[in-house]
Amino acid sequence: MNEINNSILTLILLVPLAGAVLVALVPDRFKLPNWIALATTLVTFGLTLHLPAHFDKTQSGFQFVIDIPWIQSPAIHYHVGVDGLSLWLVVLVGLLAPIGVVASWNAIRERRKLFFTLFLVQQTAMLGVFLSLDLMVYYGFWELSLVPMAILIAMYGRKDGPKAALKFFLFTFIPSAPLLVAILWLYAVTGSFDFTTLQILIAHGNFPAGALFWAALAFLFAFAVKVPVFPLHGWLADTFSEAPVALTMVVAGKLGLYSMLRFHIGLFPAQARAMAPLLVGLAVVGILYGACLALVQRDFWRLMAFAALSHLSLITLGIYGLTLTSWDGAIYQILNHGVVDGALFLLLGVLYDRYTTSQINAYGGLAAKLPRTAMFFVIASLAMIGLPILGGFVGEFLILLGTFTGVSHGWAIAATLGVILGAAYMLWLVQRLFFGPESALASSKPPEDLRVSQLAVLWPLAALMLVMGVAPMLWLPTIEKGAHPPPVHVQTINLSSEGEGQR
Amino acid sequence: MNPVPGIFRILPEVVLTLTGVLVMLLDATLPPHWARRPLGWVAALGTTLALWSSLFQLSLPEGTGFYGTIETSAFTVFFHVLICGIVLVALLLSLDTLPEKSHHQGEFYALIVFGAVGMCLLTGAVELLLVFIALEISSIAIYVLAGYRKHTARGPEAAIKYFLLGSFATAFLLYGIAMIFGATGTTQIYEIARLVPAAQNHAFILAGLGLMLVGILFKVSAAPFHVWTPDVYEGSPTPVVALMSTAPKAAAFALLLRVVYEMLPTLRPVWQPLLWVVAVLSMTVGNLAALRQQNVKRMLAYSAIAHAGYLLAAFAGLGTSGIAAASFYTAAYAAMNVGIFAVVTLVSGYDEKLPLIDDYRGLIYRSPLLGSLLIFFLVSLIGIPFTGGFFGKFYSFAAAVGGGAIWLAIIGLLNSGLAAAYYLRLALATAQRQDESVSKSTAPEPQVGVAVIAALLLAVAVTLFLGIRPNWALDAAESGAHTLQAPPAEISAPGSAVQPQTQP
Repeated sequence: MNEINNSILTLILLVPLAGAVLVALVPDRFKLPNWIALATTLVTFGLTLHLPAHFDKTQSGFQFVIDIPWIQSPAIHYHVGVDGLSLWLVVLVGLLAPIGVVASWNAIRERRKLFFTLFLVQQTAMLGVFLSLDLMVYYGFWELSLVPMAILIAMYGRKDGPKAALKFFLFTFIPSAPLLVAILWLYAVTGSFDFTTLQILIAHGNFPAGALFWAALAFLFAFAVKVPVFPLHGWLADTFSEAPVALTMVVAGKLGLYSMLRFHIGLFPAQARAMAPLLVGLAVVGILYGACLALVQRDFWRLMAFAALSHLSLITLGIYGLTLTSWDGAIYQILNHGVVDGALFLLLGVLYDRYTTSQINAYGGLAAKLPRTAMFFVIASLAMIGLPILGGFVGEFLILLGTFTGVSHGWAIAATLGVILGAAYMLWLVQRLFFGPESALASSKPPEDLRVSQLAVLWPLAALMLVMGVAPMLWLPTIEKGAHPPPVHVQTINLSSEGEGQR
Repeated sequence: MNPVPGIFRILPEVVLTLTGVLVMLLDATLPPHWARRPLGWVAALGTTLALWSSLFQLSLPEGTGFYGTIETSAFTVFFHVLICGIVLVALLLSLDTLPEKSHHQGEFYALIVFGAVGMCLLTGAVELLLVFIALEISSIAIYVLAGYRKHTARGPEAAIKYFLLGSFATAFLLYGIAMIFGATGTTQIYEIARLVPAAQNHAFILAGLGLMLVGILFKVSAAPFHVWTPDVYEGSPTPVVALMSTAPKAAAFALLLRVVYEMLPTLRPVWQPLLWVVAVLSMTVGNLAALRQQNVKRMLAYSAIAHAGYLLAAFAGLGTSGIAAASFYTAAYAAMNVGIFAVVTLVSGYDEKLPLIDDYRGLIYRSPLLGSLLIFFLVSLIGIPFTGGFFGKFYSFAAAVGGGAIWLAIIGLLNSGLAAAYYLRLALATAQRQDESVSKSTAPEPQVGVAVIAALLLAVAVTLFLGIRPNWALDAAESGAHTLQAPPAEISAPGSAVQPQTQP
């Protein structure tokens, strides 16, 4: 057992990569690429489940750590590990990948090999981001995750893929320039890329405060674009309306939000605290702005994009609320948002593949013809809105509670308004798609409800939403460990004698 | 310690010269109707031998030969291996892409090899007159190669442009050398380094430095001395561009490193800001101009200018870190650039029927191999991790940050974000769905032969290797940097003729 624990993270990273190579080598016949991709993602998911099973909940700090020198000069280590913060995110990525494969099963009809190869590379990169504890390795995976994403949007986009791909790539690539400079600067000053070492050095070292502030800002900027935080969301709508469903559900939000928690607040607690009011404000604006725009969209991909902006802003609010409660809520909401978005995008993808339009007006009255689709869509929508006993409620409640008690009443009330608007646009969407008189489009195709494979994915997801709603104690204890040291207890930086320890 | 025979100090150059002469003689004596293609293999074999003999030089004690004019050290070996590698790839590439019937094929191979002699000499020369001669040897060969497609209008235009401007630049270099000689009374680099701090005529030395920098920066196509680059790249045969956008630049950068870090390290406050400005200018001008290009070769020409800028950023680094970063970047840049020009050669063909970005549309469906290779090299040029391009930029900007030039690093990295726009444009065109209207007749199936496969494999392997295990190359670059930092105790092997002359 111990050997497995010692190498499980490497396995998790290598299996999707090996799958990618395998897919690239087999001939494109009998849906071989699909089956290999499915098998790979299922094995990876199984491996990620190993982590919570053997995670020692009594300890805070990193577990399953591997630390091997990779490059001597500069000192880059292959250093990976998980703690309560990243544990469930890794599992989430593992869970979403097979769903992505199922969603692409029939949607991707040509050049399946390339699609699944890049999809699996993308998965490796995402897992790498969550697992890396060396800033350079982290940055490597962060950048690597862009390339397959951009190519997939360009080649498998719906109408104007290349343009959306270019926009996505530039929006997310350019901000990583200051990020890299900040990482290099940290290395030049401390001689280390190691997360834990840097955390200690920054907390106790004599750094010029101004320079640290700029470094923290560079980190934040890169992450805020990736989330995205209002007003840096320019790439979001185009990407959502062009990208294949499998990618949208995998990529939305998680990388940026996790990076904020781990590398912005984790490395620069004092600077993050100074910037928090600004981010709280932007987050609330983002919640309301996203919700308002979602209300007026005519295209359901764009509606989902702005809905995502609104929800991701809520999570950002939780993160920069900097209270233990809102942190718990934020991490929980990332997980919940991943699950709910996975289900919603799968269903919308099914609709789009059958009716080949994303215009909401064209739909209507589908509930009678596709009862199962309608049922799952309603469940997922309710979970997204935050109906009690479904997952969304727990996360939103904790975030809003934390904001109300820890930040300010006004922001919390404004954010709650956004949640109400969220109910409005989601329920209206459900009404326009599934109820009302049957549209010409709906009657033009034979009623063909969800396939077995899709049901096999959706039932567990629906069950998961319910379990996340009624039994958050399955997740919260580990998450709380990850939030340790909690941001409420952040020490003011100690500039005393300990500064000699560094360099 | 036995003095090392001088011949060992120039072994790779000797091997290359003999190869070139052999190829040329065979070309002249073989019956006219015999194919000249085997001569390319002879040249490739000779280049491989030169590469080995350069590695052999590592076992020699570091030092100079031929009256203190040429040095062998880890530094020179690093660049020799690099240059020989590039030349090898260029030769393999030419073997498969030069038309069967083209005239003077033997000369073509011989000229490439002679050019390599000049470049190798340039990296080892520690005597300014030898530097000048080496630069001329390499340049003249490249001038001729640039105009190799005589039947087109662009070919001779490229050659003449390159020749005229290049001659001006070497004249500047020579003038600079004269100035420095006037101020110090010697042309031996170690002697100059020793004499400069005490020299009286500071103005002469500064003028000499400036003039030499003009000459060298022209050769590396850094802005504002870059105007020749796009026209010459566009007009020259693509295999030659693969060579001349990498090997002479590598040699020129080796010279620049030697001049600023070894010959005039005390003038760092003067040359460092100058190179800072040139670096920023090169990146910005190169990238902005490349954004607007429709022709792939012109775009890559401007990208080469931008890359010269990234590389110059390493010169903001202090001592060893700067030299090592610059050397590493040269290697990474050479690998990916040779690779991408090889792909371009294969796609557009020798006659360049398909020069525009639009012509690359749907390449990945026409030829999956070339399409994916093109995307791979573009990804490396963008600087995505796990490719050589990433670590090149990484070390370069890390050196700049280490030397205190944080703004240079920020400008550089923002520039590399900007650059991603045009690299992506080509990559996306490659990946775009092919219109039905583009018939097979306008887009011929690219021919890929054994030699080209070998060349491409070499480029891909090195690019990947530098991205995944950069240690080995970096160690080599660092030991090179150390030898450049600390001049050998023994200046010359058998009694130096260039004695430290009395001050005028």
